[in-house]
Amino acid sequence: MSGLGGQGVVTSAHIMAMAASKEDKFAISNPFFGAEKRMAPAESYVRIGPEKIYDRGELVYPDVVMIFHPQVITMGKSYTMPFYSGIKKNGIVIINDDIELLTDAEKEDLASMNVLVYYVPATKMALDIAGTELSTNMAMIGSVAGLTNVIGMEALDLALQDRFGKKYIASGGTATLDEAIKKKFAKKEMLLQKNLDTIKVAFDQATDYAKSKNYIPEVMA
Amino acid sequence: MGGHESNGMPQIGSMNKKGQIITDPSELFFLSPRTQAFLTGSEVIKEAVKRASVDFSVAYPITPQSEASSLVGELYADGYVGDYMRGESEFAVMGQCAGGAFGGARVFTTTAGPGTLRAFENFPMWAGSRLPIEVVFTVRGVNSPLSIQPDTLEIAFMLETGMLLWHAEDAQDLFDFILKGYIVAEQPEVHLPIGVICDGFFVTHTKDMVLMTPENRVIPHYNPYASPVTCMDMESPPVRMMRDPFVMKSNYISYMTHASWQLEVRAAIERSRKHTIQLLDGLIEVENPDAEIMLISSGTAVSQSREAVRLFRDQGVKVGLVKIKTIRPFPAQEVREALKNAKHIFVPEFNVAGWMAKEIKSVIDRSERVVAGPHVAGGMTMPPEVIVEEIERSLALRGKKELIHG
Repeated sequence: MSGLGGQGVVTSAHIMAMAASKEDKFAISNPFFGAEKRMAPAESYVRIGPEKIYDRGELVYPDVVMIFHPQVITMGKSYTMPFYSGIKKNGIVIINDDIELLTDAEKEDLASMNVLVYYVPATKMALDIAGTELSTNMAMIGSVAGLTNVIGMEALDLALQDRFGKKYIASGGTATLDEAIKKKFAKKEMLLQKNLDTIKVAFDQATDYAKSKNYIPEVMA
Repeated sequence: MGGHESNGMPQIGSMNKKGQIITDPSELFFLSPRTQAFLTGSEVIKEAVKRASVDFSVAYPITPQSEASSLVGELYADGYVGDYMRGESEFAVMGQCAGGAFGGARVFTTTAGPGTLRAFENFPMWAGSRLPIEVVFTVRGVNSPLSIQPDTLEIAFMLETGMLLWHAEDAQDLFDFILKGYIVAEQPEVHLPIGVICDGFFVTHTKDMVLMTPENRVIPHYNPYASPVTCMDMESPPVRMMRDPFVMKSNYISYMTHASWQLEVRAAIERSRKHTIQLLDGLIEVENPDAEIMLISSGTAVSQSREAVRLFRDQGVKVGLVKIKTIRPFPAQEVREALKNAKHIFVPEFNVAGWMAKEIKSVIDRSERVVAGPHVAGGMTMPPEVIVEEIERSLALRGKKELIHG
């Protein structure tokens, strides 16, 4: 997962890993970034599988590469050149945009490895559905889950609750719940729902795409 | 850990002010039910400290330990840590930790990389003063140009400080080592500071599955009355020697005193073995001990090696693995035994110096069997594929009778 600081790239990897562990799969996720600042390159990695995973750190040979921001490609805000360096045969590239960003050489290179390139207007989706571009990462998560079925919607819902809901549920569950916390809690609930809605729309869109193209992801083989 | 009753120490079975039950360490570690949690390493540090009856903690921010020290602050706010403050630099932090420990408190702190080096003078002072302080080093680059990324070079600086040094491979080790570390470090015959090391980012920022002891159970409090040296008594050693140091009397007796005390500190490290073996189930872990090709290292390098062993297994090649849990005491005898049948020994490391390979060469015979590598440094990842490649390349050269030391 390659994006820019502030886009929730780190959170995405953690949510994916948490969701996988909810489905009793083995998962491990970690971020890599420099001194933290908005719009600087940030990457995170999640590994999911049927047996215990020891490997950690930068993922050098990924099955899926997710580009959260066009600048990763257009301005080279990537940890590797090209941005898909190391991608495995039959892999997937998911790009947040609705316009073509790749050069002919890149397209040819990816095609020679039978890599699927999937565009999703994740930020537009986030603005339309959640009313904030902060939910861009949710649309990205929905897309990868829909294309690969590596995790389901139910597990993603549980992981979201875990990541954003817990603290508030813990204090909100007490009998002495005051109005201020109630308001906060309501806001949180709404945020959770909107994030989940964003994931769902992206998930369905990716599922429909895969169906229409009879696409069977090799990464799940 | 005797003598609780006579000194008004909280008894096993009683509750602390947060309602946590003070529990016998063996019962807590080996008999109490564990629950699974999916946490970052920083969160794991918080969970372990919550169960560690810590009296005093000092914090100073530096990546990648900032989250952990801030989470310990949350524990303090919730009443799980006796006292907590922010120091003005890492040097000050370690000095303040010494003050707390001299006063008889169980002390916890965290630092990393340049912070470790800035604080450095304090570590041999802690050891010489026999202060069983625990510090978690979330190791990172120490070089210039500045790097915040994982690198284990910092550990090389720590080797001769007189501290116990345990290197966690993953979140599970980190949780267990933080709690078990206090039990070993505070033994009267040990009574030394302990560095629990984990690799920055690879462990601190990685979400991983960990099995935790019950939230409502804690290890017994530190008992300062069981200390082999009196706490903060100006008239007895070692504080007596600080007040009126031997350096003022430059004569043979003063040199002898220093030499014997340094030897005693090192002997105390050795005396920690039996307690550590019991709690950590040995100072090393061995997989495929009969293999001709062995990988040996500590920390994240072990995790990456486990994947390399898998890749070799898929090719039908048997490769063995030795995980070193404690760097001080160094498991010399165990390593010698584990490597006695190996023909080729590889030491993957996340630093430029290859200090672990030097440690291993220094305790085994036929040290030309050791290839000091593969190395990565400065925050680079070590994919298992790279370990496999390096081994295959070295073996091909050895096949041509070329000696490779890495």
